[in-house]
Amino acid sequence: MNGEQHPLAVPVYKTLLEVLREDLHLTGTKHGCELGECGACTVLVDGEPVLSCLALPIELEGREILTIEGLMEGGRPHPLQSAFAEMGAVQCGYCTPGIVLSAKALLDRNPMPTRQEIAEALSGNLCRCTGYIQILDAVERAGARMRERRS
Amino acid sequence: MLRLPPFQYFAPRSLDEALRILSDHGPEAQIVAGGTDLYPKMKRRQIQPRALVSVRRIPELSHIAWMAHDGVTLGAGVTLARVLACENLAIAYPALARACAGIAHPPIRSMGTIGGNLCIDTRCTYYDQTFFWREALGFCLKKGGTVCPVAPGGTRCWAVSSSDGAPVMIALGAQLRLIGPHGERTIAAEEFYRDDGIQYLAKAPEEILVEVRLPCREGWRSTYWKLRRRGAIDFPVLGIAVAVCMESGRCREARIVLGAVGSCPKRIREAEGILEGNPLEPDVIEAAARAVSRAIRPLENTDFLHLYRKKVASVFAQRALHELAGTPLTGGLSGT
Repeated sequence: MNGEQHPLAVPVYKTLLEVLREDLHLTGTKHGCELGECGACTVLVDGEPVLSCLALPIELEGREILTIEGLMEGGRPHPLQSAFAEMGAVQCGYCTPGIVLSAKALLDRNPMPTRQEIAEALSGNLCRCTGYIQILDAVERAGARMRERRS
Repeated sequence: MLRLPPFQYFAPRSLDEALRILSDHGPEAQIVAGGTDLYPKMKRRQIQPRALVSVRRIPELSHIAWMAHDGVTLGAGVTLARVLACENLAIAYPALARACAGIAHPPIRSMGTIGGNLCIDTRCTYYDQTFFWREALGFCLKKGGTVCPVAPGGTRCWAVSSSDGAPVMIALGAQLRLIGPHGERTIAAEEFYRDDGIQYLAKAPEEILVEVRLPCREGWRSTYWKLRRRGAIDFPVLGIAVAVCMESGRCREARIVLGAVGSCPKRIREAEGILEGNPLEPDVIEAAARAVSRAIRPLENTDFLHLYRKKVASVFAQRALHELAGTPLTGGLSGT
């Protein structure tokens, strides 16, 4: 979990979302619909987006989980976090952790996605505030910064 | 919070072990793969199994194996994301790639499996609701009640087959391999589904769907069109899978299969007959599309009006056939 190991004993029927929020007190991961439709609870498992409301910890034995709390790099915000703040891509903020993580999975796999590819990668994350335009802009800006940094 | 009801969880590492656990627990047991359809249903108390038997760790379910000139075998546990990542599958079976690309959204596709999609529970406006909602209205036939709110005078359940994979597998002539306590059997995808919203599969609860065998489809063209309100997340409220084999400019063989218009996928043989022996020209396509719409009777138990779904069925049939004929129509509904 975010580069650390946490020995925990939890009932098998608790979802990863419940364990993150209630047992590990990592409340950055949000609970929305809890039925797999809204994407607010998205976390990364071995770099792939997974809905924590529909995943059981026992099914993830030995896998690396990244939540929004683990995204900072060397004490500095991840380029996605900076870009979201700068571009007004965060309004009420409830969908933000899930969207940022879905976007990270995309940029790690595809450093220069088209706008269509970004929209497709984020198609499971609902936002009721922004209208999505600022979010797509922010992912493009973060992608550009990450490419610059690499070169 | 919508929490899961308590259950015991088993993660067998072989088919034998899984079959033993399933038979030990009988009707209390439920197979789970990705869990993306099952867990929401358990949270809404539509299903409350005492024992979950996960098939994730069973190695026989995770392969994609190509057989020389004889098609491909997909383990039932292959995730939808893996199907999509396999370019050769998209080339050989475009309808399959198109259907998988339209299922839910990326996180669900990296969790959900092809076998799970083929086995997903039927859906209905009156069934896919929370316990509180269903209790307030009065339970339906599919879960504890005596009256179907969709057709109150009838005695059957009209819940809708909502798999995108099912009509495609039937159109592509897939065979499904099942293993149960009394041995294994292979059945055509078409035989896998029953026209009953409750007992919607020909699979016994203690049988495990192990793999899907897709025959070689050289010379065939295929596609899949899907109607839903949003471009992602939603289940289909109409799906149409079309596969045609062309020979000297004429259609030698055709398969047209509709999903989400009844309790099981529906082959439209009249429309297939109209295409066979003819070139895919506008008048032939139009006649086949009309036959598609005539053959279905969707009910008022999904999103969108049932008469609209019936009408769109012929529009999508026409567009799908024009796409396969190489004369795509433009404008209007996108079908994704």
